[in-house]
Amino acid sequence: MGSYVPSTADERKEMLAQAGYSSIEDMYADIPESVYLKKPLNLPEGLSEFEVRKKMSDIASENKVFGTILRGAGAYDHYIPSIVKYVTAKEEFLTSYTPYQAEISQGVLQSIFEYQTMICTLTGMDVSNASVYDGATAAAEAMGMCVKGKRKVTLVSAAAHPDVIAVMKTYAFGTGRELKIVPAKDGKTNIEALKSMLDDSVASFVLQQPNFYGIIEDADKLGEIAHAAGAKFTMSCNPMYLAIMKTPAECGADIAVGDAQPLGMAIAYGGPYLGYMAAKHELMRSLPGRIVGQTTDNAGNRVFVLTLQAREQHIRREKASSNICSNQALCALTAGVYMSTMGPCGLKSAAKQSMSKAHYLASELCKIPGVSLAYSGDYFHEFVTKMPVKAETINDALAKSGILGGLAVEDGMLWCVTEKASREKLNEAVRIVKGACA
Amino acid sequence: MKLSFEKSAAGRKCFVLPQCDVPAVEIPQKLERKAPLHLPELSETEVSRHYTALSHRAFGVNCGFYPLGSCTMKYNPRINEEIAALPGFTAIHPLQPKDTVNGCSKVIDLTEKYLCEITGMDGVTFQPAAGAHGEFTGLLLIKSYHVSCGDTKRKKIIIPDSAHGTNPASATMAGFEVISISSGPDGCIDLCALSDALGDDTAGLMLTNPNTVGLFDKNILKITEMVHKVGGLCYYDGANLNAIMGVARPGDMGFDVVHLNLHKSFSTPHGGGGPGSGPVGCKEFLKKFLPKSALADGATEGLQVKAFYGNFLVVVKALTYILTLGAEGIREASVNAVLNANYMMSKLSGTYDMAYNHTCMHEFVMCLDKLKRETGVSALDVAKSLIDFGVHPPTMYFPMIVHEALMVEPTETESRETLDEAAEAFIKLYKMAHEDAERMHTAPHTAPVGRPDEVTAARNPILKYDFGD
Repeated sequence: MGSYVPSTADERKEMLAQAGYSSIEDMYADIPESVYLKKPLNLPEGLSEFEVRKKMSDIASENKVFGTILRGAGAYDHYIPSIVKYVTAKEEFLTSYTPYQAEISQGVLQSIFEYQTMICTLTGMDVSNASVYDGATAAAEAMGMCVKGKRKVTLVSAAAHPDVIAVMKTYAFGTGRELKIVPAKDGKTNIEALKSMLDDSVASFVLQQPNFYGIIEDADKLGEIAHAAGAKFTMSCNPMYLAIMKTPAECGADIAVGDAQPLGMAIAYGGPYLGYMAAKHELMRSLPGRIVGQTTDNAGNRVFVLTLQAREQHIRREKASSNICSNQALCALTAGVYMSTMGPCGLKSAAKQSMSKAHYLASELCKIPGVSLAYSGDYFHEFVTKMPVKAETINDALAKSGILGGLAVEDGMLWCVTEKASREKLNEAVRIVKGACA
Repeated sequence: MKLSFEKSAAGRKCFVLPQCDVPAVEIPQKLERKAPLHLPELSETEVSRHYTALSHRAFGVNCGFYPLGSCTMKYNPRINEEIAALPGFTAIHPLQPKDTVNGCSKVIDLTEKYLCEITGMDGVTFQPAAGAHGEFTGLLLIKSYHVSCGDTKRKKIIIPDSAHGTNPASATMAGFEVISISSGPDGCIDLCALSDALGDDTAGLMLTNPNTVGLFDKNILKITEMVHKVGGLCYYDGANLNAIMGVARPGDMGFDVVHLNLHKSFSTPHGGGGPGSGPVGCKEFLKKFLPKSALADGATEGLQVKAFYGNFLVVVKALTYILTLGAEGIREASVNAVLNANYMMSKLSGTYDMAYNHTCMHEFVMCLDKLKRETGVSALDVAKSLIDFGVHPPTMYFPMIVHEALMVEPTETESRETLDEAAEAFIKLYKMAHEDAERMHTAPHTAPVGRPDEVTAARNPILKYDFGD
């Protein structure tokens, strides 16, 4: 049996006596007899570290690791610089709690302040929080920020990620507010449909950029239409996209949210990822979650603290802007280290290379008879192709060479390329797809 | 200490990516970013030193005793971290074909099975990313159940006034009206107050047991029976599960839904505020409402609270821990968490007032009201002074039903010597409060910075670095 309890059997006896108990049962006397367990739990016997390593490694090896991943759809396989893992493994970061005690938590607080600054520059927004669980919950929390008076309805584009829509729907079910889905047409939000759905009951419109199909939406125009009807405009953006493309602020958004997993986090079977949330100044006090601010200590030094806590559950209880307590702090640290390592040039390069390679793969795939782009719009690093054969046939062929192919979607296959895919690998993938289509 | 932006030098960089080996795409003017991107420009040496310096200004469980009540700051085994970093887990795409993710499925299935056994539940979801997220999910299960029965008048959730702030906040997010009931003089549920609050509009009761004052509510069977009798469901907030694993199970006490904090009871690290994992377990009749993923599971209706499957790597760490401890070790952890707390309480109760003079579970609450009246030294002053002894302050001013509260949770992974030293520090501070109160008002004296001006921080919020553009 493994154990992390330091005290010896003798010490335990002495401590029990000192505390005034004759036995363990005596100490647990408040637990009703009928529920006090008399038998051990039906769990396996404990293991030594050596054994548990073997057992868990064996389980890990039951997964297939693909050498090349041409699939995104909410989980993006970018290169993670070595230093990111070393910094985030530092025990002082890893094993600390939420930095309530500012005097001994300046390291965590400053790293969050730097992260907030980076999210603001990336999105063009005025204020960022310290993180929420993921991009989907960020979009769901943003709904609540905009609801005011009669304006209770949220609109979301059908071209957003299905999980984002489902999570928003769940949060709306919770509060009893309405979520309506604006239909998509040709892989993009249907502008006419949006116009017809806007009225003075609409609190906000949520748009994903680029959308689930990889298409770059006409965000400025959609935002203008939402604003003209008095609704707030929320954009859910891939942060990698923002390194080189128009920011939510430049598109007129009031709130920017998204999943920052592409900034240094492994795809890891879906988590932990990182929900970022940033907003215009006037929405600052509606933001959920932790926010770090700058102030001075009693000697006049610049220091950082958790601030604007009057919004939060531990103060406001049922009137809080959200119930969020734990967030994704270590993931925010990860994103901060990643962005500090990549710098402006490195981040732009990762984004530009991903985009260029996606366009290269698309053009090569489209040379295969029967393969074509499903939609005509501009795209970043994801795109949908129509295929002459079933996606499964193609993916089975690719899997034999260790390549995870595009995701089967309604109109064909949704592909994603990052800077990690070499031209040679992309050519190999194209050859295999061609063979499978023949 | 300088911010990373203040260390930046134009043109400096880390060399990470190769040259692009495909033709560069032309970005259309109308789509291109015009705003400057103010990320720091640093060499790798500087990145490394910057974050190392920051880490020296942080306090983790590995740095010293961390008796932060209600947070269960137990030791975070390093093997968990190594296992969660295996490429066989980190390099797996959440949308891979099912037959390529047998290992991930096994992690989820095994952990579900073990957590069901530990809690007495029948099914578990791992989607919730933290405790509060689990509360929200669990309450939505309760809501879904009542709605599915056509019982739409059940709008009220009963919560004791000693509860964590997340409980009422989660109930509001789930669309319930919060009925707060006051605790009895013994710190437990006042059965009369509960009886008065119950009715045919009761959706359920949210409870931690042991509760937030560290006591096991011995009326628990009566309480859950009363709630069930009026048609309500019972929600177990697993924040304090670390006291009773292998000793008693919420499922046997009459609870229908539970959430657990893997980052408390199951040794996964808190990471400076996350990522955690707040799996929700439920009885058989609620299993059909457990959340699924629209994309990964192809769910077309029902609940979903997070993309994909939740904070998967945190689940890997928790499974590693459960396998290491096994049936005996899990119980041993809880028994020693309670033993350590009672031992430390017994060492302090001759000096400090305890909020409740009764056997505690994994934590105890001290009431410094009298000390403050006598010396002017507050719970905050004592907490800050502990920093000078190398001890992380306990939870302050919680639960709200105790004045000048300090809530101490030692956890099972601390040695007797550590508890003795911390108790000695507490006792020295009690004396100091009577002899040199001023020194305590200005504590800590050995930390990298002094007490921050929080009022100014909130009044004139500076929430990002100003680049002057």
